Amino acid sequence: MDAVSRLGARGKRQTLWIEVGIVLAIALFLILVMPAVLSNFRLNLLGRFLSLAIVALGIDLIWGYTGLLSLGHGIFFALGGYAIAMHIKLEDADGGLPDFMSLYGGTELPWFWEPFYSFPFATFAVVTIPALLAGVLGYLVFRNRIKGVYFSILTQAATIVFFNFFNGQQKLFNGTNGLTNFQTLLGTSVNTQSTQFVFYSLTIVLLAGAYALCRWLTSGRFGRLLMAIRDDESRVRFSGYNPTEFKVLVFAVSGALAGIAGAMYTLQSGSVSPRLMDVAFSIEMVIWVAIGGRGTLVGAILGALLVNYARSFLSEQFAEIWLFFQGALFLIVVTVLPDGIVGWLKSQGIQNLGRRKQSFTYPSLEEDPEVQQERKEIGVRSEE
Amino acid sequence: MLIGLFDGLFNGISIGAVLLIAALGLAIVFGLMGVINLAHGELMMLGAYTTFVVQNVFRQFGEPFFEIYIFFALIAAFFVTAGVGLILERGVIRYLYGRPLETLLATWGVSLILQQFVRSVNWVLVIGLAVFCILFFGGLWVLNRRQSAFHKWAIAALLPLSLGIAIAAGRFLADTYQLAVTRPWFGAQNVDVSAPRWLRGGLPLGNFQLPYARLFIIALTIVCVAGLYYFLQRSPWGLRIRAVTQNRSMSSCLGIPTQKVDALTFALGSGLAGVAGCAISYLGSVGPNTGQNYIVDTFMVVVVGGVGKLVGTIVAALAIGTVNYLVGSGTLALLFTPIQPLADFFTFFATTSMAKVMVFALIIAFLQVRPGGIFPQKGRTVDA
Repeated sequence: MDAVSRLGARGKRQTLWIEVGIVLAIALFLILVMPAVLSNFRLNLLGRFLSLAIVALGIDLIWGYTGLLSLGHGIFFALGGYAIAMHIKLEDADGGLPDFMSLYGGTELPWFWEPFYSFPFATFAVVTIPALLAGVLGYLVFRNRIKGVYFSILTQAATIVFFNFFNGQQKLFNGTNGLTNFQTLLGTSVNTQSTQFVFYSLTIVLLAGAYALCRWLTSGRFGRLLMAIRDDESRVRFSGYNPTEFKVLVFAVSGALAGIAGAMYTLQSGSVSPRLMDVAFSIEMVIWVAIGGRGTLVGAILGALLVNYARSFLSEQFAEIWLFFQGALFLIVVTVLPDGIVGWLKSQGIQNLGRRKQSFTYPSLEEDPEVQQERKEIGVRSEE
Repeated sequence: MLIGLFDGLFNGISIGAVLLIAALGLAIVFGLMGVINLAHGELMMLGAYTTFVVQNVFRQFGEPFFEIYIFFALIAAFFVTAGVGLILERGVIRYLYGRPLETLLATWGVSLILQQFVRSVNWVLVIGLAVFCILFFGGLWVLNRRQSAFHKWAIAALLPLSLGIAIAAGRFLADTYQLAVTRPWFGAQNVDVSAPRWLRGGLPLGNFQLPYARLFIIALTIVCVAGLYYFLQRSPWGLRIRAVTQNRSMSSCLGIPTQKVDALTFALGSGLAGVAGCAISYLGSVGPNTGQNYIVDTFMVVVVGGVGKLVGTIVAALAIGTVNYLVGSGTLALLFTPIQPLADFFTFFATTSMAKVMVFALIIAFLQVRPGGIFPQKGRTVDA
């Protein structure tokens, strides 16, 4: 290792520590200062939005880095929520049937509810069920090299299918109303302020963890492969990699993140219903990432928080305008601000100071001065 | 039992016929420009609302005119939605060619705006919009004619100025005329389109009857397919459209105005959506969410049918429509009564929403065998 690269490595480690410090500082700020500043209602809202930021991270991983636009993350989100809600309902029922089941004339517990008696299994299911589903669906789709718009449509259709399924199964999942009215979790009441604060803190810890995971996944060789798949999948295939496996893996990780987010959201909002699997909600998640800036992890978090605050503000003030506003937001972001807020800031030269240069991707090769110089030397005229 | 099957087949085919008209527009647009138009369902909804308006107009004329309003409604629906499609293409989509995923999001934004527009459209909104368009685009036109040094600033000033005037005008109107101008035209409620007398009832055939409305829809679909086929195969513009679909850059080199072709095709596809909307207004009531109910099925038709082949779209639409109906109406469950487990299995899926679950599973299974659809495009394109 020569001196320069050793210096680079040290610099990298240094910036990494700085980043860890920043994340810790923000987390501590959120946990220690915010409860003192905000009312309980606002704190709960913030907690929910932070859990939405986790699913935004997952979408960024699959869309921003791998280039697969999933319109079905609502499924994974809701499945995570259902997993934890089922455990709570069973605990509330105290050995009997959950309240809604007896209401609809159910006499015995469906077999797949059984394992949710145990809390460890429920938490395990929050992560694994969405991940497994994403993995299987991803495998079936990616294996046939279905991608691009086709993938998006299939995930959207899957969302509708799951929405219909959960909506229609009155006896199994309480249909349209979903699971509500939570009482206790692990013996403590979930509705007290202190428990909610625990959930809030846990959300922040999980968000920081999710950020670290995504950062780790995207910064190394794996991340570069993802970007390579996004930019030119055929080349990746020709280079001897099998993109399918990577895509399935990323989709599963992203699904797991969505599941965790859904569980935390459910705990803090106190209900889970098929509405979370609505197509509109799944597409909205994508727009958080687009607004924040896809391909940047900070952007995903920022976008989720910003849009949701705008939404809660605007729909408090004028309920009808929100849909107009949301539609306009889609249009504006896509046409004017394709790289989102963070991407725009970066292009404005507010670079993350002292950080290593961004790894340029294929399209931006055209703008690379070195490439242009080379082309000029060879005498190849680039287009336009 | 056989009669039940025949009945089911007939109904399924008529549903498939509606899917087919809707999917035709989507398929030629997707085949030509690689653009998936998520607002397609909303264009259908606009077509249905146009039918509603035309019906109300003709109702005032009295009996003999009311009987034939449907033909005027079809023409009006075609041209209204084609116009909206043209505006959409010129205003948004042409900036997004080559970025299919972004187009997906942008058109979703458009669909949200259209939904809310239909819910809350009233005279104030229309007049405000007209004032804004006249001021802004008129001003833009004037500014573009005479270039001046502060061109950019003038445009920047024009936007808030015209917006302000439009809002002020709307406020003023709302205050002076009160309910007469602020009452929504359609509202969020569903509206009903009543068919002319000759479309009610049905053709008696043995024990059951074929409803005239469904027969009419099937006939309409045949006319549409034949017309489209004739247009694409025989007319000069059809030739151009086919040429651009096959090889865009080569067609452009040979002097085909690709931009005009794009605009024309998009308008044509949107117009077909309008005709489909007219058709669905006879199958049930029409509401702001009408388009959403059909859109995913329509996408599925495009995915299963393969790109750029009319035959594929036709076969896929009829197949999906028929299977959907046969499963959803419980006909299959009845058919399999001798074999108990199979009957139970199909009974479980025998609702409209659960049928979608099964159709989706079938589609995924089908794509394992033929990832490119029924009639995949042949050729050497690696990434279509």
